[in-house]
Amino acid sequence: MKFKTFVWFVGPSLFMMLLFIAAPLISVFIQSFQITQPVMQQIEVETCTPGFLTQTCTTEVKTVPIIDEETGKTQTTTAWVGFQSYKNVLQMDKVWAAVGSGNFSDILQIDFWKALRFTLMFTLVTLPLVVGVGLMIALAVNNAAKSLRGPVIFISLLPFIITPVIGSLSIYWLFVGDGILTATLERWTGQDIAMFAQAWTIELLMYFYRVWHVAPFAFVIFYAGLQTVNMDTLESAIIDGASRFERLRYVIIPHLMPLIIFIALIHLMDCYRVFDEIIGFRSQAHVISLQWLTFDFLTPDDAGNRAISRAAASAMLTMIGIVFLLILPLRRTWRDHKGGAH
Amino acid sequence: MYLKKLALAGAVSLMGTSAFAACAYENDVPLKSLSAGFEAWKAVTDAMAECGNFQAELDQEFRTKQPAAFEANPSLYQIGGVSNGTITPLLNAGTIRPLDDLVAKYGQNLAPNQLIKVDGKIMAVAMMVNTQHLMYREDIFNDLGIETPTTWDEVFAAAETIKEAGVVDHAIGATMKSGWNLAQEFVNMYPGFGGEFFNDDNTTAVNSDAGVKALETMAKTLDYTDPEVLVSDSTYVQQQFQQGKIAMSNLWASRGGAMDDEAESSVVGKVKMAAAPIAMDGGAPATTLWWDGIVIAANITDEEADAAFRLAMEGLDEEMVKANNEAAIWLIPGYEPGPLAKGAIDTATASPAPPAYPSTTQMGLLHTALGNELPAFLTGERDAAATLVAVEEAYTTSAKEAGVLE
Repeated sequence: MKFKTFVWFVGPSLFMMLLFIAAPLISVFIQSFQITQPVMQQIEVETCTPGFLTQTCTTEVKTVPIIDEETGKTQTTTAWVGFQSYKNVLQMDKVWAAVGSGNFSDILQIDFWKALRFTLMFTLVTLPLVVGVGLMIALAVNNAAKSLRGPVIFISLLPFIITPVIGSLSIYWLFVGDGILTATLERWTGQDIAMFAQAWTIELLMYFYRVWHVAPFAFVIFYAGLQTVNMDTLESAIIDGASRFERLRYVIIPHLMPLIIFIALIHLMDCYRVFDEIIGFRSQAHVISLQWLTFDFLTPDDAGNRAISRAAASAMLTMIGIVFLLILPLRRTWRDHKGGAH
Repeated sequence: MYLKKLALAGAVSLMGTSAFAACAYENDVPLKSLSAGFEAWKAVTDAMAECGNFQAELDQEFRTKQPAAFEANPSLYQIGGVSNGTITPLLNAGTIRPLDDLVAKYGQNLAPNQLIKVDGKIMAVAMMVNTQHLMYREDIFNDLGIETPTTWDEVFAAAETIKEAGVVDHAIGATMKSGWNLAQEFVNMYPGFGGEFFNDDNTTAVNSDAGVKALETMAKTLDYTDPEVLVSDSTYVQQQFQQGKIAMSNLWASRGGAMDDEAESSVVGKVKMAAAPIAMDGGAPATTLWWDGIVIAANITDEEADAAFRLAMEGLDEEMVKANNEAAIWLIPGYEPGPLAKGAIDTATASPAPPAYPSTTQMGLLHTALGNELPAFLTGERDAAATLVAVEEAYTTSAKEAGVLE
């Protein structure tokens, strides 16, 4: 392809990527080293608020931002603070204190580490499950009678087309309080069941929901891959007396390996950004994730304060985490790619 | 021909329904408002809409949208619905205007205690008060021979009796959803034990005896609540009441009307209101007082502000209150307190009276810190003392970032 044609093809998407990915990333990177705050002053203010029949007036010293006479906006100052926001998020001093005293559970009291623990575990537990379940559905469909395949594919794809927030909300409603499923389970077991009262049941529901939601994606990819398995190799394996499991282990899985790596890559990236489950399940009291932490920093409180610097720092840390997670599978892909070129 | 007739009929019926008759004048300036979405706001904005050319946005997420929307020039909304919690960012940024002139021009019917004055200037007009107070199932209390509790100790004694009798799923309902709701429970309980939120130098004072007592009382509540209480917000508690699953709760007065809503509630007429229980002898009821009211944006023309305020007065008039007497504890003249208002009025007029929720930047920061750190205490991961230290640290970090602490 001519270089000019190449540029015309790639140019627009490159521009979009710079505008919508690179530029915000650089801006967040810079903001994570800055703190912008309003200039505050202390003034004595008399405030009158209603009781039911009377009015209560109190005079107190209030700390309020200074409003610029000319622009009518609050005056702000921006200062470079180095790694201060990262320190505030990571709270390493407390981590070392916990390590020093041997109380490792204290580390999980810090929001960031609590979120990291769950995010990592969520990612790593669901990964093999998604690959395994996806492969099983693909094999089952592949071996199903031709007339059944269409409906089976349609049904197994359904979870994937549900909007994630809606999906997690449905699970929440099915199980919370006297939800249909909890009520049924209670009647069946004769025990009082509260799925949202402790962390482990919530986490279990989250794993279940994520696998249920993502497995169809893995299934579609694997199913496509199964159509390209070399029939000659399979038949010769049968003649050699290989069992069903051995055929799977030595013929099919090696053939699907690049696809497994691909699914793993996508899944790691998606899962590390786990967010919908936290909101949908209202699990903040028990379980939080890194993305939720960033969101929480960004949400303004009633007085309009938001911790933008810490949100930026937490977002950068999340990105660094994803890069670390992706290094292994990416290196393998790169090796395969180079090997293929020779 | 048929179509034409249909269109004509439609137009006539539209005129018939909106019939500016209910409004004293016809509004010709396009106006918009942004407020919370509960019953009282619906009543007020419906009354305003009768004058025409008015669009109301009722959104429970208004608190996150309002500061930015009012900072735009021109402001995206002319009228805002606020409470003493959410007026702070608007006051701080100077995006709402003083209303003295407009009150003089259109506010003849306002009661003096409706005027929210900051530094001598009227910045908002309150329409109702709200507070969390005790709601209880009178039938259950009568059956078991329990007196209406006035202190938290009596609440727990009553809860114990109800639990033993096993007449409801859970004796107490609580708005303890982690985050804002849970923090509000502490904000109610802590002053009840005589606690102060801040020192003079803006550092927080919650790490104190009163703080520990407040936390212990909250933890004691858990013995009698739904085990999933850390996901339950006001709506959830309201539904538990309506479905007869709980026997009492310290719930928002604005939710009272729903107890007698025959379409939703299975306990119509059985839920009674009482003052919020006190936490210690001689203390104020363990709750905070809130008001809801309207503000007018600063970044709009004077003509628009004039029209907006005139319209708001039309929405806050006696006629609206008469038609929606039970929707809120109105401050507007013409309101006749019904049985549902008893709890809120007893709470507000108690002596000593509970404090109003403070409208300060620091309070917003502390509220967030409480909302994030308290769950670990209630799930048992951390004791009361360590939790209060964590709250103090979280507050200090964010207060430094926000510029209120050096």
